[in-house]
Formats: sequence, C-alpha cells, structure tokens
Amino acid sequence: MGEMQELVTIAAVKVVAVFTVLMVVVAYMTLAERRVSAFIQDRLGPNRVGPFGLLQPIADGIKNIIKEETMPGTSAKFYFVLGPALAIMPAVVTIAVIPFAAPLPTPVGTVDMVVADVPIGVLYILALSSLAVYGVVLSGWASNNKYAFLGGLRASAQMISYEVALGLSLIAVLLLVGNVTLTEAVWRQQQLGLWFVFPLSLAFIFFLISALAETNRLPFDMPEAESELITGYHTEYSAMKFSMFFIAEYAHVVTASALLATLFLGGWDIPFWTGDDMFRHESGWIRGFDETGAPIPATPSVLITLLTLAAFSVKTGFFLLLYIWIRWTLPRFRYDQVMHLGWKVLLPSSLGYIMLIAGTMLVLDQLGVPFGILYGGVLTVVSGITTLAFLFFVDRDRVIAGAHRRRVARSPIADEDALEPGG
Amino acid sequence: MSISVKVMKRPEAGRTSYMRATLKGMSLTLRHLVRPSSVTLEYPEEQPDLHPRWRGTHRMEVHADGRPKCVACGLCPTVCPANCIRLVGGEDDQGNRYPIVYEIDEFRCIFCGMCQEVCPVEAIHVGQHFENAEYTRDRFVYDLDRLMEQDHPVTDLWDPSDPRSE
Repeated sequence: MGEMQELVTIAAVKVVAVFTVLMVVVAYMTLAERRVSAFIQDRLGPNRVGPFGLLQPIADGIKNIIKEETMPGTSAKFYFVLGPALAIMPAVVTIAVIPFAAPLPTPVGTVDMVVADVPIGVLYILALSSLAVYGVVLSGWASNNKYAFLGGLRASAQMISYEVALGLSLIAVLLLVGNVTLTEAVWRQQQLGLWFVFPLSLAFIFFLISALAETNRLPFDMPEAESELITGYHTEYSAMKFSMFFIAEYAHVVTASALLATLFLGGWDIPFWTGDDMFRHESGWIRGFDETGAPIPATPSVLITLLTLAAFSVKTGFFLLLYIWIRWTLPRFRYDQVMHLGWKVLLPSSLGYIMLIAGTMLVLDQLGVPFGILYGGVLTVVSGITTLAFLFFVDRDRVIAGAHRRRVARSPIADEDALEPGG
Repeated sequence: MSISVKVMKRPEAGRTSYMRATLKGMSLTLRHLVRPSSVTLEYPEEQPDLHPRWRGTHRMEVHADGRPKCVACGLCPTVCPANCIRLVGGEDDQGNRYPIVYEIDEFRCIFCGMCQEVCPVEAIHVGQHFENAEYTRDRFVYDLDRLMEQDHPVTDLWDPSDPRSE
C-alpha cells in the first residue's frame, strides 16, 4: 500500500467512525432530552419502544422518513429545499477538528484520534458555526411565512451577536494555549496541570452562555420560541426536512459540548495522571520536557487510547446533560434581554477579561514563572476573584433587570397600580 | 363576600439575586432528575388500587345452584336515576319470582350505585372494575347471563357508622 493510499484509508475510516458516532449520539440526545425532561417534570417519558425506550430514535427516524413532505405553495422552492441542507452541513462538519482520544498505535503507525488536526482548529470552528446561520435565515425567508421569517431574523441577529462573545471568550483560551490548534489546547492543559476551567473560569462562563445562544437552545431559543413564533424558522417544514433541522440542532449541541470539554475540561486528559500526556513533537511522541528542556518520550498504547476516549465521553456527556438540564429549568429570555446581555454585558466584560488575563500572563512571564501548577494557580486566583466580582455586579438588578423594573422606570403613573395590586 | 385574590409579594428592587434563583431552580430540577417521583401508573402493566367503594361494572350475585339471586322486585329500575335497567319479572311453580329479562345499559348508567343500595336480597352490585370497552354499542347492554358471569370484587356499601371507610 502506498503512503498516500494509507493516509486516505485512515482518514476515511476516521470520518466514517466519527460521523456514525455523532449521528448515534444525536439520535440518543433526542431520547435523552425527552427522558430527562420527563424525569424533571415527574413524568416517565417515552419508554414503550424497546427496553427503556431505547429504540425510540429508530421509530422516530422511520416515521420521519415515510412521512409526506409538504411544500408550501408560495415558498421559494429552491431555497426552501436548500435551507435544511445548509443547516445540517456545518453542524456535522464542525466535529472534525476535535481530538477525542490519545493517539492510537496501529500496524501502520500511530494514528491521531482526530479526524483532521488542522492547524487552524478554533478558527475553523468559528467559521463553520457562523455558516450555520445561513440555513436558518434562508429557510425562514424561503418559507414565505411571517413566523418563519421572524424566527430567521431573530436567529441571524442572535447568532451574529453571540458569535462576538464566543470568539472573545475563546481569545483568553488561545492566549494561554499560544496556538489555535485543538490538540495543542489539550496538550497545554496537561502541561499546566490544571484544566482551563479553573484558570479561565470567567471565559468558561462566557463561552457556556454564548454556546447556548449559538446553538439556539433554551434559555436562548429566540429563533424557535414556540409560544411566540410557533416553531420559528422551521414552521413550514415537515418530515425529513424538519428532521434535518432537528439533527442539525443536536449536532451543534454535541459539537459545542465536545468543544467545551476540549477547551475547558482538558479534552481527553485523565485527571491526576501524567501517563496519558502525549503530544506530537519533532522527535516523535513526547510526554513533556525535563528540567534541561529535553523531551521525555511517550509510548502510545491501545489501553490509554480507550481510557482517554472514555474520559472524553464522560466530559462531553456531562455538558450534554447540562444542556438538557438548563433547557428544562430556565425560562426563555425576552428578545431585548438577549441582545442586552450579548452586546452590553458579555462583549465589554470579555474584552476586559482578555486584558486582565493578558496582563497577568505578562507579569508571570516577566517574573519567569514556569508554565505549570504555580502559573495556573495564580491565574485561577485572579480569575476566581474576577468571576465572583462579575457575578456580584451583574446580579441584583445592578446590570441585568427583570421586566417589572423597566416598567416602573418608564411610567410612574401606571406604576402605582402595578406596585399595589390591592389598592 | 368578595372573592379574595392572592397577591404575590414581590421583593423590592435590588433585593433579588438572579444567580441564587437560577441555582435554586437548577438544584430543584436536579433533585427531581436523580430521584424521579413515582406518580405515573404504567396502566396496562400496572393496575390501579381501586378504592373499596369504587363503583364500576355491574355484577349479579348467584345462588350455589347457579340461579340469579334477583327476585324481580322491581326496586332497582324504579330507583335508577338514569333509567338504564330493564327488568321483566316472572314467577315459577313454587311462586318464587325471578327475572326473565334483566338488562343494564352500561352506557346510560351513571354508576351511582343506588341499585345496589336498594336491592333487598343483595343481588345486583356495582363492582370494582372499569375495563369494559367494546367494539360495538350493543355490546354495552349487559344481559342477565353476562351480569352473572362477572367475577370482579363487588363494591362496599357506604356505612353511616364509618363514613370514611376507616
């Protein structure tokens, strides 16, 4: 087998494997969503198809495939069909750059456990997540339905707004990593001895909020908003076309969870164990550097690959559960509150936070503190204080206020009735 | 008297912590998630516990020799508020009265249980049974044989000395 052919084969196997796993996870996310929401609301959820309802996603899939497709007579046909395709494509492609396990030794050499270890990982993700908005906007417009149109408009405004906060919260991470490759992000967290969720706690919170908004999940599901917009941009879609939006949404959720795990929870790193530290260096796979700066070689093994894959799955699964948990707890924001939070709170705060992290890192580097647990500890303290201060200042109506405060401020006459319902 | 309206007491401005409220909500849903309540009864597999005074499908008591206990006195069709009982009485050689036709339309029945209360010989009963769905309407009219075939537990009568069945 030629070297080129070998590379292509390995890549193809990885693509098929990751895509299959992603689709299965997406299918079971729909089940998990329904079951978890049911438990939260003291119901049982779907448990009829198969044991514990485990075959429900298959039943749903068959139903959606054999259902009749409806096409609104006044829609722009071409774009109406193009919409779901555009929505699903970026959603499933994004997962490609996320490393999901330590390298696997095979007869044909050690294989990276990432579909494509592109040198511009984070930029690739940002670019593709911006593309996702096109499918939403296009299908909203092509439906020729006022609710779908409003949903599409809201989606574009929201996704563009939170793209900014998402990118800015990532910059703090990139400062610490010193690169935009995701494999390197994992490696640097292993070197630091601390997952970035601690030294970059505020960036983590911003990223989590922005990721919720980017994936159009509650409490930011403005584009769908059942009670206001029926289901927003996919109101007119049925059968498999609707299903594709559904798959796209959950694929986004899975990607966002995997990304959160990679950037803030150490990716596939197993905590308190340096045996799994592995990185591709000029001199082969290395574990780290000794005092003199010479690389310590690492030996990839199948066991480590499996363990790290399990660690990555647990971390991603935690975020998937968190997504569902948040969705079934928190109420939807009002539209202006979403915009207020995105532009007036998250944007300036994350800018300030970048300055703070950059400043702290500059001081630490000037003092010659080595990149390790002390370096991370100082950043953790600084970030912790900032996070507490941030939460303190936005809370209790200081920055973010509920609807009733606004009404009081606007009309002092109506306000008397509002405040004293008994009088 | 005017209707009393419950007024929600809203905290003053700047007194509510949204962070705390959010965390409180999240912990509440988590509690339900890890310890799901067992309110749901998975009906076809699990059967509900019927109350001793649950009034459902009728049942006619029979003597040991298989004759219905009914003496065709005519009290149950008289007392029936829904007028769902049709009774044609007859008399045998020994002068014992017995029902020739005894039909209950379970569709018209309101399951008040007055037929059971009024019966002097404890023949007709309402029972602790509710699964009486049928494919055709005429199947809902239970004749004497069908009433005698029913074997579900019968309903306890209300006892004035123990009004709460304790």
